[in-house]
Amino acid sequence: MSLAMPSTLDLARPAQLSFALLPDLVLMAGAMILTVWAAWRPESRAHQRTLGWASIVVAALSLVAVIGFLLAGYAAGPGPVAVDPFRWMVDVVLLLGTMLTIALGMDDNDREGIAAPESHVLVLLASSGMMLLAAARDLIIVFLGIELMSIAVYALAGMNRRSARSAEGALKYFLLGAFSTAFLLYGVALVYGATGTTNLQGIGARVLDPASGLTSSALLLIGIAMLLVGFGFKVATVPFHMWAPDVYDGAPSAVTAYMAASVKTAAFAAFLRVWLEAFPGAFHVWHPAVAGLAVATMVFGNAIGLWQRNLKRLLAYSSIGHAGYILVALAAGTAQGASALVFYVLIYTLATFGAFAVVVALTPRGAGTVMMDELTGLWSVRPWMALGMGVLMLALLGFPIFGGAGFFAKWYILQAALQAPVPQTMLAVVLVLASVVSAGYYLYVIMVMFMRPRLAAVPAPPPSGGLTRFVLVITVVLLLVLGVVPDVVVRLTAAGRMAGARPVPGLAAAATPARSDVLASDARPGRPGH
Amino acid sequence: MNSYLSSIGYQSWILPALLGIPLLGALIIWIQGSAAARRTAVVADAEDAGTRMGADEVARGVAAAPRSIALITFLVEFVVSLGLWWAFDSADARWQFLINLPWIPSWGVRFIIGLDGMSLMMVLLTTFIMAVASLGSWTYIRVRTHSFYALMLVLTTGMLGVFMSLDLFLFYVMWEVMLVPMYFIIGIWGGERRLYATLKFFIYTMIGSFLMLVGIIYLGLQARSPVTGIPNFGYDFILQNVSVTPRAALWLFGAFFLAFAVKVPMFPFHTWLPDAHVEAPTAGSVVLASIMLKLGTFGFLRLAVPLFPTAAMNDTVRGIILTLAVIGIVYGALVSMVQPDFKKLVAYSSVSHLGFVMLGIFALTVQSVQGALMVMINHGISTGALFLLIGMMYERRHTRLIDAYGGIARVVPMFAALLTLVTFSSIGLPGTNGFVGEFLVLLGSFRTAPIFTLVATTVVIFAAAYLLWAIQRILFNPLDKAENEHMPDLNRRELALMVPLVAAIIWLGVYPAPVLRRMETSAERFVSVVQARTAATMASRPEVAR
Repeated sequence: MSLAMPSTLDLARPAQLSFALLPDLVLMAGAMILTVWAAWRPESRAHQRTLGWASIVVAALSLVAVIGFLLAGYAAGPGPVAVDPFRWMVDVVLLLGTMLTIALGMDDNDREGIAAPESHVLVLLASSGMMLLAAARDLIIVFLGIELMSIAVYALAGMNRRSARSAEGALKYFLLGAFSTAFLLYGVALVYGATGTTNLQGIGARVLDPASGLTSSALLLIGIAMLLVGFGFKVATVPFHMWAPDVYDGAPSAVTAYMAASVKTAAFAAFLRVWLEAFPGAFHVWHPAVAGLAVATMVFGNAIGLWQRNLKRLLAYSSIGHAGYILVALAAGTAQGASALVFYVLIYTLATFGAFAVVVALTPRGAGTVMMDELTGLWSVRPWMALGMGVLMLALLGFPIFGGAGFFAKWYILQAALQAPVPQTMLAVVLVLASVVSAGYYLYVIMVMFMRPRLAAVPAPPPSGGLTRFVLVITVVLLLVLGVVPDVVVRLTAAGRMAGARPVPGLAAAATPARSDVLASDARPGRPGH
Repeated sequence: MNSYLSSIGYQSWILPALLGIPLLGALIIWIQGSAAARRTAVVADAEDAGTRMGADEVARGVAAAPRSIALITFLVEFVVSLGLWWAFDSADARWQFLINLPWIPSWGVRFIIGLDGMSLMMVLLTTFIMAVASLGSWTYIRVRTHSFYALMLVLTTGMLGVFMSLDLFLFYVMWEVMLVPMYFIIGIWGGERRLYATLKFFIYTMIGSFLMLVGIIYLGLQARSPVTGIPNFGYDFILQNVSVTPRAALWLFGAFFLAFAVKVPMFPFHTWLPDAHVEAPTAGSVVLASIMLKLGTFGFLRLAVPLFPTAAMNDTVRGIILTLAVIGIVYGALVSMVQPDFKKLVAYSSVSHLGFVMLGIFALTVQSVQGALMVMINHGISTGALFLLIGMMYERRHTRLIDAYGGIARVVPMFAALLTLVTFSSIGLPGTNGFVGEFLVLLGSFRTAPIFTLVATTVVIFAAAYLLWAIQRILFNPLDKAENEHMPDLNRRELALMVPLVAAIIWLGVYPAPVLRRMETSAERFVSVVQARTAATMASRPEVAR
């Protein structure tokens, strides 16, 4: 079929639109079939595992399709979805997260005594929503993706039906999620009212048109503010982060990792695309707000993290801090910021899943969460796991070599911030200072693992599942390898730019020259704005 | 010698080999350790289930393998590095033993390493001190010996990497890499308050270095290629092609200054040092004092001053730094005088000594810079030796309090003789190495900073006072403590590790010329680069203002 497709897809034609959504459709179709299969047999441990493996296969098929698209270098005309390297790169990160979630989930379900096979199917459904978000080039599709993702994740958060905390977290997540979606929808409506279209390219063109006078239109500005609040909730930025620690703490650990890494990745991808494709004309309006959110998120997220003695809550605050760092990439408002974001979420996804693999391995049966006592003196009972966790903490801290690629992720964001047409020096400085603050709790974890003796009252952790160990090993090894030879991934992400991103007007002359030497796939027609 | 070295291609492989050998040693220790752990795991688990950090591995014989592997690795490293002494051409002002490879092409990051006279001496100091320090931990480190020696080896690679790096990105990576092993060395094998000390050490260093990171990225972006937009972090390239505005230079210098001033440590940023030094195990203190503090002053010599000469040599900035340096000299000496703990006394004396180095660097004459480099080497040897001797005292009596000793010269004559000699060297008695460096600094600085030099000179008397008073109380007062009457004198291993240090002290005191000759070209170049760049910026200032 692909042979018949032109290299620039015409999205007005249903066949070509469906083709452009092929990886998403594979995932959705797989999820539908697996739903039936899940319901076919009574709940059991074995059935849960079988469904888990089947779900991993479906995600892998979708990944193959994504990589095929990435290599084939398709482009698309105007339409509701984007076909560009940025989308495929984000999809790769999302599907990686999906597979890691399901792998961790199988072990976690076993340990918690959850026999629900539909947990894996829900992950697939949520992931298809996320992939839609990565593709969305229309506010309606953004909304669709957010809903598809969120509803599945609400259910996932409450997966542990016997745990009161899980139920509390799920309810909180649902209420606040619905609340934030309302903001988002209201924003969509206002932006539509101001510009007369929901298509990002269309909005971008109108806002940029000086004759429209839209940059001073209250309707549009309130709309942008509402969208900012909506996205702010989804990616958990301060002050819209209040739900995150409770929900992360209550949900099953695999789902928490999924929320901390993949949900955030998808929401950021849509956030960035909306901002870079639709609102570059209003850069001067939204930039102070985004920069303010970034500073607040980096500073408060990390500062509150210092007081946490529950590993899951600690990681929740850490993920808030990381949302702040990613916002810095967004605030740069450049294609390089987008590349930095993709690189960052990849590394962040790896580190987060590794850390939650340790959480899954250390959680005492039925406790649902891990206190610092479980980690204390881990080195003397599980030296390899302690070493792995040490690497992951240093990766999240952004430390070179020992923290693997974590340092390069931060470096990339700092470089994007300083290289932006309006250099974000202040944000860069806040970012590194916030990182110093975060060292307080990342190093605390390392300290209790290596420098304190094991408490006599705490029993040795139960033997960890094979998949948990696999997730830990694969993430740590990948991080360490990328920490020495990052160039391949840097090239990929540098090429992973948005086809429709517009430079901020008035600053285009000062923008960095195109890096044509690294962009093999760049010489395609149909890139507006050049 | 030289022809032999070039016949084996020494020039082209020596630096990567110096970085690689310790890593190889660490890997061997790791493999040996995992294999040994598999054999003894059952026993260890049963015994260690209590509250201790681990079992006494020296007593059990487990420590024999890792410490031998480490010592052999360090000795090989040292012997191999000795060739640099002859292979180095002291007349050549260019980088020698240069290696230049691409690392991350998309970001313009290269793996560039090379040596000039000053980094040559620092590399030799590092390989020498590390060998001695590993021998000094022989029986001091009793738990988790595999991890300890592996970390020491990794630490060596990090420190050598900083001295060799000629790419700012690489420099930063190496700068951070050496932090983690030290964090563990203090945190696991340290004293009572080790957790506090090690976290303080880590956080202090990190605040400074993270700001330097922003500075490095800024410089790399300034140096980016106009065609491809790829940054360039090459040291030479930035030095030649990047000129930042005076305002930016001031901020950037501030970022670099903070990173290095914490490390040196200069006066108000020194508070991590007494904690870290006192809590660290002997080898940790030795490495901290002998090498890691030098990384700070080396950073000033290599990066902060040559890159931003206008900011560094701005009268106000220079005045502040010289003032802080002299305050450090005076303060360090005065605080040393009242310390009851001998290790803490030596730790504060480092603040004083490093003040001399800063004075020498910012006085900016060839003599003073050479003197500063000399003090860096001498302080490395003398203070390292002092910490090793303190470690030996501690192993015998499990206290470092000066009052717990007294009159032990009669019990341990060999130890007493060595401690006296090393103390003389630290004071700067003529005929020992300490004299040469301080004298050169004072001589060179007097021309450009007479008042500061005058104050610093008088403080040399304090240095004599606090150290002599301390050894008087330890070695020569009446032998009034019963516990001290049966202290064993130095054993063969301890003598073996002190002999090279003593030899270095006397050699550098009597005949420092070969060392000075090798550093002269670099010192001259440092001074001329700074003066030329300052002059160039002054001349072009109207243009900049426009």
